[in-house]
Amino acid sequence: MKEHTSADAWPAKLRRIRALVRKETLQVLRDPSSIAIGIVLPLILILLFGYGLSLDVKHVPIALVMDDNSADASALAGVFELSPYFRPQRLPTLAAAQTLLLQQKIDGIVRLQSDFSQRLNDGHAEVQLIVHGADANRARIIQGYVTGAVGIWSAQRQAQGQTPDIAPVTLQTRVWFNEANDSSYFLVPGLIVLVMTLIGGLLTSMVMAREWERGTLETLLVTPVRGDEILLGKTLPYFLLGMIGLAVCVLAAEFLFHVPLRGSLWILLGASMLYVLVALGIGLLISSWVKNQLVASQLTMLVTFMPAFMLSGFLFDLRSVPLFVRLITYLLPARYYVALLQSVFLAGNVWAVILPNTLVLALMAAGLGLTSRAVMNKRLQ
Amino acid sequence: MNSALPALRAESLHYTYRRKREPAVEALAGVSLEIRHGTLSALIGPDGAGKTTLMRLAAALLRPESGTLTVLDLDVTAHPQEIQDRISYMPQRFGLYEDLTVAENMDLYAELHGVTAQERAQRYPQLMAMTALEPFRRRLAGQLSGGMKQKLGLACTLVRSPQLLLLDEPTVGVDPLSRRELWDIVHSLVSEQGLTVLLSTSYLDEAERCSHIVLLNQGRVLAQGTPAEVTEHAKGLTFIAQPRSPNGARALQAQLFDQPDIIDAVPDAGHVRFVRAASRADSTSATDVLLQGLTVTPTEPSFEDGFMTLLRHIVNPEGAHPVTMDRPAPNNGDQHAVTVRGLVKRFGDFTAVDHIEFDVHRGEIFGLLGPNGAGKTTTFRMLCGLLTPSGGELRVAGTDVRRTPAAARERLGYVAQKFSLYGPLSVTENLEFFASAYGLRGARRRARIDWAIREFELADQARATSALLPGGFKQRLAMAAALLHEPEILFLDEPTSGADPHARRVFWRRITALSQQGVTIIVTTHFMQEAEYCDRVAIMDSGRVLAQGSPADIRRGASSAGAPNPGMEEAFIAIVERSRDQTQAAA
Repeated sequence: MKEHTSADAWPAKLRRIRALVRKETLQVLRDPSSIAIGIVLPLILILLFGYGLSLDVKHVPIALVMDDNSADASALAGVFELSPYFRPQRLPTLAAAQTLLLQQKIDGIVRLQSDFSQRLNDGHAEVQLIVHGADANRARIIQGYVTGAVGIWSAQRQAQGQTPDIAPVTLQTRVWFNEANDSSYFLVPGLIVLVMTLIGGLLTSMVMAREWERGTLETLLVTPVRGDEILLGKTLPYFLLGMIGLAVCVLAAEFLFHVPLRGSLWILLGASMLYVLVALGIGLLISSWVKNQLVASQLTMLVTFMPAFMLSGFLFDLRSVPLFVRLITYLLPARYYVALLQSVFLAGNVWAVILPNTLVLALMAAGLGLTSRAVMNKRLQ
Repeated sequence: MNSALPALRAESLHYTYRRKREPAVEALAGVSLEIRHGTLSALIGPDGAGKTTLMRLAAALLRPESGTLTVLDLDVTAHPQEIQDRISYMPQRFGLYEDLTVAENMDLYAELHGVTAQERAQRYPQLMAMTALEPFRRRLAGQLSGGMKQKLGLACTLVRSPQLLLLDEPTVGVDPLSRRELWDIVHSLVSEQGLTVLLSTSYLDEAERCSHIVLLNQGRVLAQGTPAEVTEHAKGLTFIAQPRSPNGARALQAQLFDQPDIIDAVPDAGHVRFVRAASRADSTSATDVLLQGLTVTPTEPSFEDGFMTLLRHIVNPEGAHPVTMDRPAPNNGDQHAVTVRGLVKRFGDFTAVDHIEFDVHRGEIFGLLGPNGAGKTTTFRMLCGLLTPSGGELRVAGTDVRRTPAAARERLGYVAQKFSLYGPLSVTENLEFFASAYGLRGARRRARIDWAIREFELADQARATSALLPGGFKQRLAMAAALLHEPEILFLDEPTSGADPHARRVFWRRITALSQQGVTIIVTTHFMQEAEYCDRVAIMDSGRVLAQGSPADIRRGASSAGAPNPGMEEAFIAIVERSRDQTQAAA
């Protein structure tokens, strides 16, 4: 029982952990697939998301149907024609425009009725807008653009001193935090979530299952090694790999896409460490249960990566999802991490956001750590 | 440590595997045994006897269902970690990290066992000398041959001197040369360092070298004692019969093996060695008729004879069921089933097969023997059209494999080393799949599947998931699948690796039956005694054919002043070593 007296136990324990960490690190370095997932994949995702995927709406094809040929109407049409957000074409009749809309050749129709200038003088002019609603998000954006364009036109009129009192449809719209309306501002922080999820969850779920599959764990178990040491030996190298992935993403965010980092780098680091621990915990837990690389990786994709992609609030605003789905998102660690990242990158150190989200992640990390320890019981069945 | 107490002691030990949706399997049904300190003990018994389960229980990897098991005076349920701190365990598939080098693997286990740098400096040279792995220190474990991997596994297990060493089938899939080297290591550990070793094995010659034997069968201890005590069971029952013609040994063996009063019959150096149950003097059995007019001499029983005698009442009491083909294998008049001339296969700058030549006659059983990495499997794959040769000529069943591999493949059946079955599919589903893959349709497909289930006695398992079948059944299913399209030639790559002696006998009975019906059989094996079933064999090493001919020719060719009448295994080792010495001398 010599190894159980605490004076002796620590150095032996540390040596065993060191040996496991060294082994795991060598395996990561020699296995092209972990390097691919840990470093190459983040890079590809960054370039893909940063340059390829853009949620910005520009050069929207629209039709202008001018039933009124007055100077006022031409001035309004000019606003659309000069805007970078629209690619308008003038059509003689509404029917012709509707045909194009149905064929999805255009996304919307702006129509000025024949009594436009007359009603303008009466102070209640109307601009008719028909938008293709197949993509609700895009429809809403176009609606906003049109409102904006009409607003510009009426502002110009006001500036010129013509009819100071009318306002056809003027909405006060402002875009907060994303003034440039550049989607890379919120895509790149979201990307960090994906990369951390991949490294933390996917890689660990596969390496533990690989030990089961290749029979290495059976040998490892019958040594003085303890369950917590095996877990630590697995956690540390992948934690480090996660931090490297984080560094790649943050550097790209700053220097490639010029996403502002308004909050503290330390908070970003702390939150990311917690999230990687949570992802590692999920990965380890899954692979201790299923013991098969293929199933483990698919299951991890299903419970971590896909929700992180769809339900974390990184791609779709969680306030607009149905209540039932929103309740599910409260179970997802990615949701809290996305909230933290968006706050730190775009808004700054908003403690009211940072504290509760950090607390939830910390609790999840602790819970998963304890569960993994309990599952790792050094028995085969 | 009180050496008067046993190193391992089990009392009415029970263990049952329970899986969802599968029937529970009682692996151990009340096992009681004792292993004393400083001894070399062996667990033997047929497949599924519970050997691995007992090993895992002793390594505290499983929790006994009931009964007690103490290892080094510690209870496995109460003190698993303390036991694991003191023992070393080498599972059947040793957990080598294939992406670490030889030295890194050893360092990992040394660190985990808390072996200090000074101890390592003293221990490593010993281990390296024993295993001859020194030149490969920096090689990745995944790039070692099968035998070298086993030796590295043993070296990793022995980085420190454990109080008890557990080895679960350490020599499965290892060629005779590597096997002998491994055994020399284990023996010197026991005799020089006083190590306590418990191992399980399906090689009876290995068990015979142990001081204590535990024979398990269906989760129960059938017998335990010294090898001599096991051998004793066949005393007065063992005979050698001289067949009428020099080539008649296999036919006589097959006939004898089918008799109910024959416990065991094997071809042995041109004769047939058999064990016959004590007969009643008043009646004349079919065996007496068979043996009439032959020279039958009583002989000293061997350990294997004793083993088979102990097991006879339990395993397959009706005897073997040889396979009957629906129709004799077609004969297109070509005398040679396989012709190989100057065959070469290179992988990069490594020559796996180096200008080999041999012929296989129609209806013959041809054995391809050789150590791990000799090029047997590569040759097989080229013969089956799975690999393109780098050079040479290759004719199988009258067709040129290099030009029309598909035509050749239609006429041959191939059973790969690990039996290529679809694990999640049932037995019937596997057969249906292979039947479709061979293009069988309609009534013929139905008839062939029925034939396979009937002839290979798979009816009871027809709906069972094939991944969960015991090894013997998997082998039968794989053979049945390979014979569905009634091929002229059947290729079997190490079909008996890891199978117990009885399962191997039954397998060979099927093979001889197939051969009698005109099917040409080409087989590789690590069991040199099995070469005696072959009409002719070729011995390969380092990609070259070193010797070929009938088993008698091979034995004669290998005889020397020191060993005038070598057995097949001795002959094999002598031939391979002689060739390796010549290569070294030339280099």
